[in-house]
Amino acid sequence: MPSLGADMDSGTLLEWRVAPGDRVTRGQIVALVDTDKAEIEIECWQAGVVERLIAEVGQKLPVGAPLAWLREESEAVSTAKPATPALAVAPAATGVRPVRPVFASPRAPDARPPAPPPSRPRVAVGESRRVHASPLARRLAKERGLDLASLAGSGPGGAVIAADVQRAAAAEPPAERVLAVAASVAPTEAAAAPRDRREGMRRAIAASMAKSKREIPHYYLETSIDCGHALEWLRARNESRPVSERVLPVALLLAATAKALRRAPELNGFFLDGAFRPGSGVHLGVAVSLRGGGLVAPALRDADLRSLDELMAGLRELTQRAREGRLRSSEFSDATLTVTSLGDLGVDRVFPVIYPPQVAIVGFGRIAEAPWAERGMLAVRPVVRCTLAADHRVSDGMRGARFLAELARLLARPEEL
Amino acid sequence: MPERAAVPAAPDVRQVGRETCLALLTDMLRVRRLEERCAQLYGEQKIRGFLHLAIGEEAVAAGVMPHLRADDNVVATYREHGHALLRGVSMNAIMAEMYGRVEGCSRGRGGSMHLFDRATRFYGGNAIVGGGLALAAGLALADRLAPRPGVVTACFFGEGAVAEGAFHEAMNLAALWQLPVLFVCENNLYAMGTALSRSQSRIDLTAKAAAYGMPSANVNGMNVLAVHDAAGQAVAQVRERSQPLFLELHTYRFRAHSMFDPELYRERAEVEEWKKQDPIPRLAAELRARGAFDDAAEARLEADVAQEIADAVAFAEVGTLEPVEDLLRFVTSERTPR
Amino acid sequence: MSARRQSYREALREALREALARDERVFLMGEDVGRYGGTYAVSKGLLEEFGPERIRDTPLSESAFVGAGVGAALADMRPIVEIMTVNFSLLALDQILNGAATLLHMSGGQFHVPLVIRMATGAGRQLAAQHSHSLEGWYAHIPGLRVIAPATVADARGMLWTALEDPDPVLLFEHTGLFAVEDELPDDAGAVDLDRAALRRTGRDLTIVCYGGCLPKSLAAAEALAAQGVEAEVVDLRTLRPLDDETILESVARTHRALVVDEGWRSGSLSAEVAARIQERIFFELDAPVARVCSAEVPIPYARHLELAALPQPESIAAAGLALVGARG
Repeated sequence: MPSLGADMDSGTLLEWRVAPGDRVTRGQIVALVDTDKAEIEIECWQAGVVERLIAEVGQKLPVGAPLAWLREESEAVSTAKPATPALAVAPAATGVRPVRPVFASPRAPDARPPAPPPSRPRVAVGESRRVHASPLARRLAKERGLDLASLAGSGPGGAVIAADVQRAAAAEPPAERVLAVAASVAPTEAAAAPRDRREGMRRAIAASMAKSKREIPHYYLETSIDCGHALEWLRARNESRPVSERVLPVALLLAATAKALRRAPELNGFFLDGAFRPGSGVHLGVAVSLRGGGLVAPALRDADLRSLDELMAGLRELTQRAREGRLRSSEFSDATLTVTSLGDLGVDRVFPVIYPPQVAIVGFGRIAEAPWAERGMLAVRPVVRCTLAADHRVSDGMRGARFLAELARLLARPEEL
Repeated sequence: MPERAAVPAAPDVRQVGRETCLALLTDMLRVRRLEERCAQLYGEQKIRGFLHLAIGEEAVAAGVMPHLRADDNVVATYREHGHALLRGVSMNAIMAEMYGRVEGCSRGRGGSMHLFDRATRFYGGNAIVGGGLALAAGLALADRLAPRPGVVTACFFGEGAVAEGAFHEAMNLAALWQLPVLFVCENNLYAMGTALSRSQSRIDLTAKAAAYGMPSANVNGMNVLAVHDAAGQAVAQVRERSQPLFLELHTYRFRAHSMFDPELYRERAEVEEWKKQDPIPRLAAELRARGAFDDAAEARLEADVAQEIADAVAFAEVGTLEPVEDLLRFVTSERTPR
Repeated sequence: MSARRQSYREALREALREALARDERVFLMGEDVGRYGGTYAVSKGLLEEFGPERIRDTPLSESAFVGAGVGAALADMRPIVEIMTVNFSLLALDQILNGAATLLHMSGGQFHVPLVIRMATGAGRQLAAQHSHSLEGWYAHIPGLRVIAPATVADARGMLWTALEDPDPVLLFEHTGLFAVEDELPDDAGAVDLDRAALRRTGRDLTIVCYGGCLPKSLAAAEALAAQGVEAEVVDLRTLRPLDDETILESVARTHRALVVDEGWRSGSLSAEVAARIQERIFFELDAPVARVCSAEVPIPYARHLELAALPQPESIAAAGLALVGARG
């Protein structure tokens, strides 16, 4: 059992990828092991023939324990197998060279050099890429759910300082950094160090999205919504409040989505075992990008029942916990519909991919000034493009169209949210 | 006492008086037996840290202390168990201090080298060689300024201190300002392992006092009656004239500098020779010769002393350890909030 | 209430005069405090007023007269010992550290040492290496001592009496660069508290923590910074031991930036202690690393340009302040 990190004491064998008698090459994946953090593929650093598998699937072994015996190509088949690994170093007098225990390492992109198992860095970003930020800036960014790496630093040596964070917080609502999610990963994975999680997360996203595109017949609808009144109302509402209590536009979008979903039950739920199962409430999945890559989409439970302030607070709290890797497992499975917004990256519209087993996803582009014709007049208004992707097995375009119309209606009357 | 008085002829038992002699004998024996017990307790690890015994030197404290009044001040060194005891600090408090107990005379903060007692104006156990002399000058200066005429500050120090600049500064200051300090130099010939002759250009230490115009005397520190007599005159002179005086008491420690040293610096024969002058048997013999002391009296005395020591050990054994939460106490004064 | 203009030196003398008049137990002792009138003329005229017993010239025996001060304090006098400069205090270090600072503790709380030791400190007068030390930071290392550094005329006037009321030894450092500084002082100016550091200037952008001779320099630097749009708060420590953490931390928690100015050498200095406490207690309030301006790590040279370069100056303090706020403004 290789050590996959300084804090790893043991691992559980999930799967053998080789059998006795198999010839293995250096770098070959031979097993799958579950650590406290994730499932890791174990690769073998010696070429040879598998003599015997010692560890059994499901067995938890301490670091350093042999997993299997490997016979080097030059060695004769062992006739007198040692009874236990401890006796593996048998006296040469028997004429039989002991077989070597497999010492394996997690797979590396280039498996050529037989390096020792790489230790697992715990920092979010590679050390060379560590963001220079003041302690205060770090604290503020954490409180506001901002990614330090995305901020331009104006402090000494280009460090991110408090003013940079405050500027960003004022200009960019945290939830606008919530990225489209098309897949989610297990909570324990989210909690682990991103560099090592990235690959696993990527694999999970790949599997989930492939399944979605393979199985779900998507249909897409889009509508443009005038946010002028909503933003003005919000600005007036925020004016008298301290920064920490201000509501950002994204909360309005979420609130409108959640309330609109109440009248569109076919979009809110799961497709499981060939049938639609409506959600037991409106739990919006919100995608959060993690430092160093990857996404999670934890649920804001009962989003339709929350006030705007509660939604905002919930969003802040969820974003923070997601970045700290402190999400609860239920928050991963609960979401009945996912909302994705890529507006802060300048995206005009999102064509989202449904996260199975959900049956719909709502995407928001940026809120941008655009020409807006109304009653024969051309005006410039802040407009957001809202896209719905839904599962045609469960609903039809008419259903989706009504949902978007309701969403637009609600955004025009923010005081009702 | 004239400047640089010669070694005065020691008075005998008859001249001093048998009661006083018996008291001196008792004092010396209390110190001796106490320190012997300390050595034993050190071996048992009941007492830790440095432990400097004055076994052999008991006549110094025994001879000087009886002449001091309650309002006089005493400054001593780290070899001060006897000084504290004979100044009036209880054996219980001394033993408890060495046990590191709150009941100790310094609450266990000082240990063997730092016995202090406000009630008897015992200003410590100073473990910096020469560190106590200026302090004594200051105490005497305060008595001058207060004013408290007639108060004497007795300052004990070893001959090793004479090599320190602090000695000379303090001697000069005391002489210059005519401060009522009795400087008592306990010359036991060795500063740890360095013989006086190997550290001083001139080994007659009263010459140093003379250089500052300070009266002085040489005294046989192994004869408690001689010490008692010289100290009596000296204290009286300091008291009356309010001026400093320097006594050099020639003495010898029979044991190591601290609890253990290989004693490479002196011949065993030399130690044995000095032991013949042991002040305790010497006085006991004189008293016996005068019919003032016998086996029965000796047995009674030993029993009394043994009882006092046993009581002190028992007291220390059951003493309390200061709570660690109180660690930071006594760094600065504790003031009741206004 | 009327006020009059007084120098730091005069304020110190007034404080001595008041103390001698108020308490019979107070006396002043040191080298040339009497007939000479004090090396820095602080005690000038006091001999005539209070006599040679209480204005006591001593031999050049720092160890003896500081030790005598300790002894007199033990006997309940209130000695004020003047050591000509901190440079010579090293000759009395044993008495200060092994004596004054430890007696209370060694005696289990029995013996107080209500002693005040005054000494001049600091560089800036081309006195070269042996007369230019700023070693107050060393003394601030020692438990059992209170270390104070009046930086204003009012503190020069008021700190002595408060120090004399302290039952424990107090070291009072008078910066040679301050003796001639003048300020308005009310006629009834008197004792000041010693427990709190003082905000000498308020500002939102950074906190300059300083004391003693560096206070005027820091204030000058703050003015220069203000001209560039940077508002510096200036905290005068006043008491170097025990440090008033609360005032320092409260200020830095508001400004989020700290610059510590210390005429002592940087390594192992009081400035290091202040910086450490800031990061220990309010790390997540910091928007920049704690910065320091200290004396160059060199024995103070004689030549004027070198001495100036070795010491904290308004220019170097202001530059450090600007660097601390970085690309702002």
